[in-house]
Amino acid sequence: MTRTSRGARQRLLALSSRHHIEAHWGALGRLPGHRCLRGPETGMAMLKGRIGATGNAFHLGEMTLTRASVALDDGTVGHGWVRGRDHRHAELIALADAVAQHAEWQEALETQVLAPLADELAERQRRDAATAAATRVDFFTLVRG
Amino acid sequence: MYVAVKGGEQAIASAHRWLADRRRGDRDRAEIEVAQIGDQLRLAVDRVMSEASLYDPELAALAFKQASGDLTEAVFLLRAYRTTLPRLAVSEPLDTAGMRIERRISATYKDIPGGQILGPTYDYTHRLLDFLQLAGAEVPPAETRDDVTDAEPCPQILELLNDEGLVEQAIDDGSEPMDITRDPPDYPMERAARLQMLARGDEGYLLALGYSTQRGYGRNHPFAGEIRQGQVEVEIHVEEWDETICVGEIALSECQMINQFGGSREAAPQFTRGYGLAFGHNERKTMAMALVDRALRAEELGEPISGPAQQAEFVLAHADSVDASGFVSHLKLPHYVDFQSELDLLRRLRREHAARQAEVEGARDAASPKPEER
Repeated sequence: MTRTSRGARQRLLALSSRHHIEAHWGALGRLPGHRCLRGPETGMAMLKGRIGATGNAFHLGEMTLTRASVALDDGTVGHGWVRGRDHRHAELIALADAVAQHAEWQEALETQVLAPLADELAERQRRDAATAAATRVDFFTLVRG
Repeated sequence: MYVAVKGGEQAIASAHRWLADRRRGDRDRAEIEVAQIGDQLRLAVDRVMSEASLYDPELAALAFKQASGDLTEAVFLLRAYRTTLPRLAVSEPLDTAGMRIERRISATYKDIPGGQILGPTYDYTHRLLDFLQLAGAEVPPAETRDDVTDAEPCPQILELLNDEGLVEQAIDDGSEPMDITRDPPDYPMERAARLQMLARGDEGYLLALGYSTQRGYGRNHPFAGEIRQGQVEVEIHVEEWDETICVGEIALSECQMINQFGGSREAAPQFTRGYGLAFGHNERKTMAMALVDRALRAEELGEPISGPAQQAEFVLAHADSVDASGFVSHLKLPHYVDFQSELDLLRRLRREHAARQAEVEGARDAASPKPEER
């Protein structure tokens, strides 16, 4: 079993919809109880761009961001962050982070939740790319005169 | 100056109730859902997010609905909401080279690695009203091209095609940009702060200013070097893990404008650049922004400042629609005392004017000979 790194898992869950995560979450079976240490709370992240895409940074504007930190009953702490205002989404990411630290749930999390979500994300991105590809053009310059 | 007044509570409550009734419209028709606005009127949603300077499609759609489609009012609503939220993080600079491309065109280079991709564009449409939409015709799904297995990387064109050094390079010197939401604007303003103000600037205003440079008021001979739209992942650094993590992705539009040469005794002439970046699908906005960004570099590039679009303080101080509509709208507030004093002043001036006239006429009558004496 390949183990998804913490950062890669956070990315995958943040790019997946909460609806998709919940569809697979039940496969984990009975999870230990947990409480929220911080949040879930919604605030903002200031987004930076770069002048000319590669130059000095500048502040583009803000986006909504939600974060959550949870503790399982045995004290294991997990964190999660996600764009937007969905508290449950952030809490699920934090829970996954906590659960991933337990050998008991690691495999189920990898195979029942993360693997299908990774497939769904890849399929969505492939479909987007295929739709964009259908609009790819070749311009021909015509000789005037 | 306006003054505080009391009273009118009942009238105000009734006016707002009427407003809500108007907004709801004919009860025999279904009410528009916020999700439908986010889905089917997304360009309006993108404009609201961009000018409110807050990326949240659902709230922008709500603001648009609440404002009955008044974009400036919707921007105001979302900007006001923004002030209720704490800032949790500052992102890493967005990597637009890593964008999942939906649209990507260049008007300067025909053959570009990754290709020209039109995306869901209004370009090349005939601008004829489509009466089928009035009749509620079915819309076929978008086509796909499945022979593209791996999306070809789409590098930034201006970085790629610069072997000869013909185009000015944008290089990061590591300096921390100013944040106009924290530090009050101070002129002259650095380019990073100017871009932050332009990014939230009113599209119509920037479009007019950009257009004015094309018509000769600060001409800078622009070409659309590259325009791209698509999804970009947002990364923040979190202390909990001391790691940079992805928290989701957002839609962005970017415009790299190439403009006429700059150069000096030390530096050989080369194309200069203007830059536009905005939330969502906001192509026209980013093009206008890039034109104005370039125009505002006039002083830096040693150009004569001859057009309004080149005057930083004028351009930037009037770009924000929330500021502008606020100050224009305040004229509707009670100015009764102010106006009363103006009335008193005007009556006094008129009395004095009349008295002076009478004096002048009296003197003229005395000086001119009477008809019978002629």
